[in-house]
This record gives sequence, C-alpha cells and structure tokens, in this order.
Amino acid sequence: MKWPAFAYERASTLQDVWRLRAEHGEGARLVAGGQTLLATLAFRLSEPSVLVDITRIEALRGVTVQGSTLRIGALTRHAELGRDPLVARHAPLLAEAVPYIAHPAIRNRGTIGGSLAYADPAAELPACVVALDATLVLASPAGERRVAAREFFTGLLETALKPDELIAAVEVPAATPASRSAIVEVARRSGDYAMAGLAASLSLGADGRVSAPRLVYFGVGNGPVLAAGASAALEGKALDAGAIAAAQAALARDIDPPSDLHGPPEMKRHLARVLTARALSRFLPAAEAAS
Amino acid sequence: MNDMPTPASIGLSREDLPNSYIGRSVPRPNVPKLVQGRATYTDDVAVPRLVHAAFLRSPHAHARIVAIDTAAAAKVPGVVRVFTGADLAKVCDPWVATLEHLKGMKSAPQYPLPLERATWQGEPVVAVVADSRAAAEDGVAALAVEWEPLAAQLDMETALDPGAVVIHPALGDNLVFTRTAEKGDVAAAFASAHKVVEATFVTGRHTGVTLEARSILADYNRAEGTLTVHHSTQAPHMMQGVFAKQLRMEEGAVRVICKDVGGSFGIKVHVYPDEVAVAAMARIMGRPVKFVADRFESFVSDIHARDHRIKGRIAVDAEGKILGFDIDDRTGIGPYSVYPRTSAIEGNQVVNLCGGPYDFANYRCTTTVVFQNKTPTCQYRAVGHPIATAVTEGLVDLAAEALGMDPIEIRRRNLIRDDAYPYTSPPGMRFEGLSHHAALAKLLEMVPVERIRADQAEQRRRGVHRGLGFASFIELTNPSPFMYGIGGARISAQDGATVRMDPDGSVVVLSGVTEQGQGTDGILRQIVAHGVGVPVERVKVITGDTQTTPYGGGTWACRGAGIGGEAALQSAIALKQQILQVAGTMLQAAPGSLDIVMGEVVERETGRARMPLGELGRIVYFRGDTLPKDLARELVQTRHFITKEYPFAFTNGIQASWVEVDVETGIVKLLEHWCVEDCGRVINPLLVDEQVRGGIVQGLGGALYEHCVYDEQGNLLTTTMADYLVPMSAEMPEMHVGHVETPTNESLLGAKGAGEAGTAGAPAALMNAINDALRPLGARVTEQPFTPARILAALGRI
Ligand SMILES: Cc1cc2nc3c(=O)[nH]c(=O)nc-3n(C[C@H](O)[C@H](O)[C@H](O)COP(=O)(O)OP(=O)(O)OC[C@H]3O[C@@H](n4cnc5c(N)ncnc54)[C@H](O)[C@@H]3O)c2cc1C
Repeated sequence: MKWPAFAYERASTLQDVWRLRAEHGEGARLVAGGQTLLATLAFRLSEPSVLVDITRIEALRGVTVQGSTLRIGALTRHAELGRDPLVARHAPLLAEAVPYIAHPAIRNRGTIGGSLAYADPAAELPACVVALDATLVLASPAGERRVAAREFFTGLLETALKPDELIAAVEVPAATPASRSAIVEVARRSGDYAMAGLAASLSLGADGRVSAPRLVYFGVGNGPVLAAGASAALEGKALDAGAIAAAQAALARDIDPPSDLHGPPEMKRHLARVLTARALSRFLPAAEAAS
Repeated sequence: MNDMPTPASIGLSREDLPNSYIGRSVPRPNVPKLVQGRATYTDDVAVPRLVHAAFLRSPHAHARIVAIDTAAAAKVPGVVRVFTGADLAKVCDPWVATLEHLKGMKSAPQYPLPLERATWQGEPVVAVVADSRAAAEDGVAALAVEWEPLAAQLDMETALDPGAVVIHPALGDNLVFTRTAEKGDVAAAFASAHKVVEATFVTGRHTGVTLEARSILADYNRAEGTLTVHHSTQAPHMMQGVFAKQLRMEEGAVRVICKDVGGSFGIKVHVYPDEVAVAAMARIMGRPVKFVADRFESFVSDIHARDHRIKGRIAVDAEGKILGFDIDDRTGIGPYSVYPRTSAIEGNQVVNLCGGPYDFANYRCTTTVVFQNKTPTCQYRAVGHPIATAVTEGLVDLAAEALGMDPIEIRRRNLIRDDAYPYTSPPGMRFEGLSHHAALAKLLEMVPVERIRADQAEQRRRGVHRGLGFASFIELTNPSPFMYGIGGARISAQDGATVRMDPDGSVVVLSGVTEQGQGTDGILRQIVAHGVGVPVERVKVITGDTQTTPYGGGTWACRGAGIGGEAALQSAIALKQQILQVAGTMLQAAPGSLDIVMGEVVERETGRARMPLGELGRIVYFRGDTLPKDLARELVQTRHFITKEYPFAFTNGIQASWVEVDVETGIVKLLEHWCVEDCGRVINPLLVDEQVRGGIVQGLGGALYEHCVYDEQGNLLTTTMADYLVPMSAEMPEMHVGHVETPTNESLLGAKGAGEAGTAGAPAALMNAINDALRPLGARVTEQPFTPARILAALGRI
C-alpha cells in the first residue's frame, strides 16, 4: 500500500518541534529513524497530516558521561550505540543488544528514542533500559522531567509520554566492577524480533552474592516485563545452580505470555526459563573464570 | 562434461574449440543490467495516459456481496472510474479450470471480480482506477460494501462431511478431484510384511515470494483493436490466448510482452482475477491500466501451495526390501481451481511420484482434492515433489529405524538399479534413464559420513543433538502435451527458436522460452554461440514477446533448457549449415570442408581462417548480385522441438542434510547440505549449481519457516515479511552440489531440467536429519514447517 498523503517539516531545534506541534495538533507525528513509522504508515493504520523530522536537532544527539551517569541522546542510532566506546564501557548491555536488533541497514537509521517511544513488546532496547534501571529524560515546552524506565512502559505500545513531550535522552547508571549484564533471546531468524528474550543485570559481590538483580523479559507480554519474583529469588544468594533453579521456578508467576504466530503461551514460558539459565550461567564462577 | 556427440555427425564445433560453450560456466548476459538497475520490469514501463488500479479485497473468507456503493469513491480526487464484477462481466467471460484427462474433476466459473459472493479473504471484489496508485487506494478506502458474512469452510478434513458448507452449491459438494493409483496386491504385501510402519505427514501451506510482485500493464488501442499487455509472467503465449479468449478477441489482436521479470517460481504462470480485471478495464477504457501487487496483496492473492495432509504406510521384508507403499493424500485448494493448469495437478503429482526412486511392486495412493475458503493453491516450484519425497523418504527412514538398518543401506537395497532402464514405476511413470546408485555413490564421496557419525556421538555426550538425513528423489522435467495439452488446455509443450545472422556477423536468437532471473537467456546464448560457432558476446537473445518470438510454452516445469534449448540448438545448427553453404560457394570449397570458429569461416581440417562472418554478411546483404542466382541465402532458421518418446524427462538425485537441534529452544541450526543431481547435459555448471542451491533454500524455507497461517475465521495472519518468514542467508547452511550426467536421448542437447531438484528433496532430507537428531530422545516431527513450537511439543517440553 502507499502512504496516505502528508506534509513534511524538518525541525532544527526543540522550539521548532513545539511550534509545529502547536500548528498541527494531533496531526503532527515525529519521525526519527523512520524504521518503524514509515513501515506502519504504509499499513494506513494512522494518517498523520505532517511528519516532523527531528533528526537534525543537536540537543537530542550525542553520548556523554556526567559523573556516574551515561547520557545517551535520543537520536543515537542503533549502529552508533553498538560501536560507541563510552557505551561499551559504561553500559555494555546496550552494546551487546545491538546485533540482535534487525539488520545493519535498519540499525544505521533506527534510533534509541524511536525504539523506546514505540515500545514494541519484543524489542530489545526497552528491556535493556529497564534492566539497567535507566531514567528517561522527557522534554516538553514546559521543560524536562525524568521518568524511571520501569515506569515509562505502561502497556502494549503505550508509554508515559504525554502528547506534548518527546524523549530527549536516556540516562543510565554507569556500570561498576561488580556489575554483570547479559542479553539472550530466541528468534527464528537472526534479526527478527524475539520469540522470547531476557535482558539481565545484577551486581556480584566479592563474596559471590547477588544484589540488585533485574531480570527483564521481552516478547512475552505487553512490554518489557521486570520479573519481580525471579529477581527476588536471586537477591542475596550465592549464584549457583540452585539459585538459578529458584529464579526459574519463581518466573512462573512473573510472566503471563500471550500466544502468537510462533506458538502457545507455554512455549514462551518454557523459553523464558531456558533463557534465565542461559543468561545467569554466564556469571557462574566457572564460566567467568573460563572467559 | 564436454562429451558432446562428434561434430561430423551433427555439425557441431569440436570440443577443443574456443566457442565450445556447452558445459562451461559463462557469465550470463543480463547480469550487469540487473545489478546496475537498468532492467525494465513491468512497473518501469512508461506509457502516456496511464492510470493505476487498486482493489478492494474481501475482508471475509466467505460472504455475500449485498450492495456496493461506489459514489463516494468516484468523487475522490484522482479517481477515474470504479468497476464492479457486473461491469467487467459485460466484456469478460468467466473461466473454469478443469482438465479433461483428470477424470471427474470439477470447478466453478470464476470471474475477474465476483458477482455475488466473495469466497476467500483477499479476493478482489471492486476495482478503482485513478491517476496514481495512492489515489486509487484513497478511492478503495471510500468504497462502501455491504457484506453478509457466510459460514466458511476452512478445514480440508471436514470439507466432504455431511455438515460441510458447500462452497459452490451448483457443484453439489466440495470435491474437486480424486484419483487412486493401484498396482500389485497391496493388502497381501502388507499382510505378509516383516514390518509395517506408518505416519501422518503435513506439509505447510506456503507460497513463492518473488522479489518483483505480480505486475501488469494492459493497454487497449481502439484505433487498432489491439490489446498490448506488459506482464510479469512466465508464459506470455499462454496469457495471449487467455486474454483473447476471456475478452472475446482474436488471439492475433493480443500482444504480451515480458521485458524483465523478477522471479517467478511458478507463481507467475497462472491466471489471476485481478490481472484479467486490469485487461478488461483497459479494454473498456481504451487506455493503459497498471496494477502492481503490494506485499499484503501478494500474500492473500498469489497462489499458495502444498497444503497437504498425507497418511502413509510402508511394508518391508526382513532384508529391508520395500514391499509396498499405501498412501492417502488430502489437499485443500481454496475456492476455485486455478486456470488453466488447475489445482488438481499437485495432488495428482503426489500420486505419480510417491515411492519414485524405489523398485517395489505394490502401490496404492489416493489423492483427494477439496475446496475450502482460503487463497487458491496451484503449481509452485517442484509441484508435488517435496510432498511425495517427504512422505516416501520419511517412511523409508521409519522402516530403517524399525529394522535397525542404516538409512544409507536401506536406500542402497531399494533404489532402482542404474541398468534397469527403461523402467515403469507402479503409478505408471516411465523413466528413460536415471542414476540413483551413481548419485548415491557420488554423494557418499562428498559427505564425510564416518566423520559426521563420530562427531554426532561425541556431541551427544556433551548434550548437543545433531542429525544427518538423506532423501532420494525424482524430478519431472521437459513435459510433453501429456501434462496439460491432452486435457484441453492451450498450454504449449513445444517450443521454437529463430536464429539469424545479421550483416556484421552477429547472431540473434528469438526464443519462446522466457527469463525470470534464472539464466535462460544465458544458456540460450551459449547454445547458439556453440551451435553457430561464434563468440558468446556476438549473440543477442530475445525472449518474452508474443509478437516477435516463435510460439512456445514459456518457462515452467523445468523445460527452458531441455525444450527451448534444444530448439535453439537445432536452429543454430541449421543456420550454421546455411552459412557454410553460402561460404562454400563464395570460397569455392565444399561446405563440408569448412567450419565456423569464433565467428570466422575456417578450413575444417587445418583450422586456417578463410573469411570472417562479417565479410560473408556484407556480401549476402549488400552485394547479393555477386552470388549465383539460385543460391539460397536466408541466414535465418527456425526450428521447433517437442519431446516424443517419453511424456516427461525424469531426473533424479539425492540430498543430505546435517543439522543441530537445540532441544531446549526447538531451534534447528542448518550445518551443511549436499545435493547430487542428474539433469542430463549440464550446459552451464555455475547456473545449474545456483539453481540447485536456490532450490534447496526454497525447500528448506517451506520445511522450516514459510507458512501461511489462518485464524479460525479464515483470515490470513501472515501478510507481511515480518510474519511470513522466508529463509535468509544467515540461517542457510554451506551447500555442496555434485552432478551425475545421464543425457536424454530425446534431443541432441540431452538436457533435462534442473530448477526443481533442490526444492524437491530438501524438506525430506531436513526432516530426516531433525528426526535423526531427536531419535535418542524418543521424539519425531512430521509436520512442516518444523517450528520450535512443534519440536518442543514433540520433545514433551511444552
Ligand atoms: C525489518 C525490521 C526489523 C526490525 N527488527 C527489530 C528488532 O529485532 N528489534 C527491535 O528492537 N527493533 C526492530 N526494528 C525496529 C527498529 O529498531 C526501529 O528503528 C525502532 O523501533 C524505531 O526507531 P526509529 O528511530 O526508526 O523510529 P521512527 O520509526 O522514526 O518512530 C517510531 C515512533 O516513535 C516516535 N518517536 C521517534 N523518536 C521519538 C522521540 N525522540 N520522542 C518521542 N517519540 C519518538 C515516532 O513518532 C513514531 O511514533 C525493526 C525494524 C524493521 C524495519
């Protein structure tokens, strides 16, 4: 199908965005990498009157470290995320996630802001930012507000963004020597959205005990699912086969997956258990010693 | 590979000459054009006064069309006209897709747009023609159709039950066709067998995804009374006849042109209602109308295929000798048999091909073809073969397992002997010459079975489950009129080629077979260069135009090389003889003492150059006055070719697949794949290998990923490339291709088809490999596609 007719405006500053939104009201739609929006426009599910291109807005770009916080501009492309040295050092989970996102051509255009704003339940980055306990910086004509990632995703393709806001940046607490993170997923073809995935982060003390575990599953619900029970099952425990089994068992109450084209809910539950073991096994002393 | 018959007997160039192109991997001529974006696909054809069509498609699997309100659509800016089924029926007759030789077959009249009922979700119902495709879609959005949804018949298993919804009440029931082939004494064979094993197989409904979607641009010229159709099709002459007949025109008043076609796989050899509607609208409006399917439309309207459930039994004696097969196939084909090939052929092929590679005496196979309210199915690459091969090879592996016999050994004991030909199979297929044992031997040279089995055992100890699977197969190619013609279809089994020499000594070949990206143009060029004796660069190939090329069937059922190639070779040889006749007169030499090498007339014995063809051309075309008055000097020859001895030229081969199954996730990793096939004479080894590889990929796609999934209301759920998973390079295995060459004696060229071998055998080899991996865990899968969910379920993990 062909796109519905719409106008195109390029914003150079946030002021431009506010002005264009004021002019066009609900008919205005932001476009960043376009890798989700342009495809869905061809479905003719929505018919915006004007696309506001935000990719030239300097204030939304760049990756910087401020104290113990890594700030990632909303316009950071997936490919940039994958090769940025600051990201690799302070938020390795995000770098590790990039190869799982689509294909190189899409990663060269798609942005982290677009991915978080669209909030696809099977997308990698929303799960990662929740796992990292990141904060989203939302801008509006009234200024900035900060929302914890875990509160940002409110439902299927729904977020805490208000109509006059946009995502300006993501702030991630920088990794410490005790930080451990992993992303694992099951997809039928490389680059596909996951049938089930897990972004995990935790701290491993010198005593081998786990603290602040955050197991966030994707592709198994309406959005990234922070598994409270499974995470709690690890808290304060020495990481071993027993702890992993406890997390797997607790998971049953954390997720309630829908069925989809790939299979029934039971398959996703099963895969989530498998992924739990695969991710956590990486931090077992023997595995860490071997790598 | 270059063992062409001796030049003396057939007038071919000697094998050591530089223009001996048959058997060489010559780059194909159209590649630079395709990769530089200079191809002309139907959508690239620019004509004045063009308008664009878009269709409103049925949102219901089955519904009565109560009322269509076109008023708002007609007012949409850019919209030129709106057409309903009734509007088109004024100029266009319906068609019924049956074949007389398929006894008892029935189907219903199909109109370009239905008059009363929509019978599948996605059926085109109303057409909007506008200045642009976008405006036409705006028009479609403004249409108001009142529907009365009707109960839909979706499940093929219940289609013949008393309570079934009869999709075409006038036909009485949903039975399209049934046939049973029976040979020997099946009951006795199974009663006396040492072992009988059985299984139910399912092949998933899938489709051929072409890079270029179906496209058509039809232009009716009122001044001339002619219809010119630019069409993305495999069979331009067939479509010429179809458009003429349905639109009540003379065949000669219709011209079908296919410039470049971006893939076909059998999808583009059928009559589609939306395409006929475009021709009808052009006829009515007297101006060019274009329609290019988008992906949504492709998924709901391109033919689907392979929606079969097959129950099979095999009987073996204690030595592993196959005593018999007993097979029951059922397939759902959608609400209409597809014109003009019909949708009964796939089931019929299952009956013809099951057990195909093996020597056994007792056979019973029934196919039952039924209507259902889903997208129509029809012939797609390797029609019926992957189904028959999966059932046969699945059963053979089960028998081996029951006997505790190695899968290679059971095949060795049962494959038809290489010296047994000619041979007639239980369902009556006649094989001129196959090479199953030579192919198996060649495969075993390529597959390091011992190393693989050792690795398999070692990996098992580490909890990694790998499997090796085999599949022998036969492939039907070079069809004669026995396939369609005898059933009354105007589908040509013969093909022609015209080869001419122009004044500069260059050669042009016009052929009735067609090119969709597979390299037909390339092999025609090689064959003609070889036959005439010129460098390949001096041969220009023209295909895909009913007004200029000899009448032919186009490209399907692997006939391009075997039929079209032979016609080209014969006409090239005839042209060469004609040239040598003229050269002999000019050089005062016996024509038989001369030859043509690299565009130069030479002395046959010494190779001494006597005259370039350009000089001969100059004299013939500009100084004909200097030649004897009675010298025939037509440097153009046409030959047509049809197979006469055998209804089909069967080929054979064997594949092996080596996989790793992640038993925790159900994901299958394809490690390595091998195929040995025998397509007779290999004209271009590189192209044949790529055909085999591409075919394997398509076979693996259907077995692992591709699936047209419907919901309980009959809505197709897999309508984007994100939901309908085609195989992608990252997941494909390393593939090794080997050849055995058993040329057919029906032609000088000796070529049989090579395009479907990969697809025919790959799903079965993969299934057997997966089951080899799962066997120690007591699990087995027989339902394609082999998804993680199905593998996990078989393992009892979900
Ligand atoms: C074939 C294909 C495969 C893909 N596979 C994956 C995959 O495996 N995993 C995955 O995670 N993603 C996948 N994607 C999606 C891809 O990652 C997208 O790039 C991403 O989801 C959206 O980013 P974008 O910059 O392209 O956003 P756009 O398409 O430009 O916008 C998406 C939405 O977000 C809004 N938006 C954009 N930026 C902002 C902002 N700063 N503030 C507020 N709203 C904003 C837009 O208005 C729009 O509604 C795939 C895409 C394709 C085409």
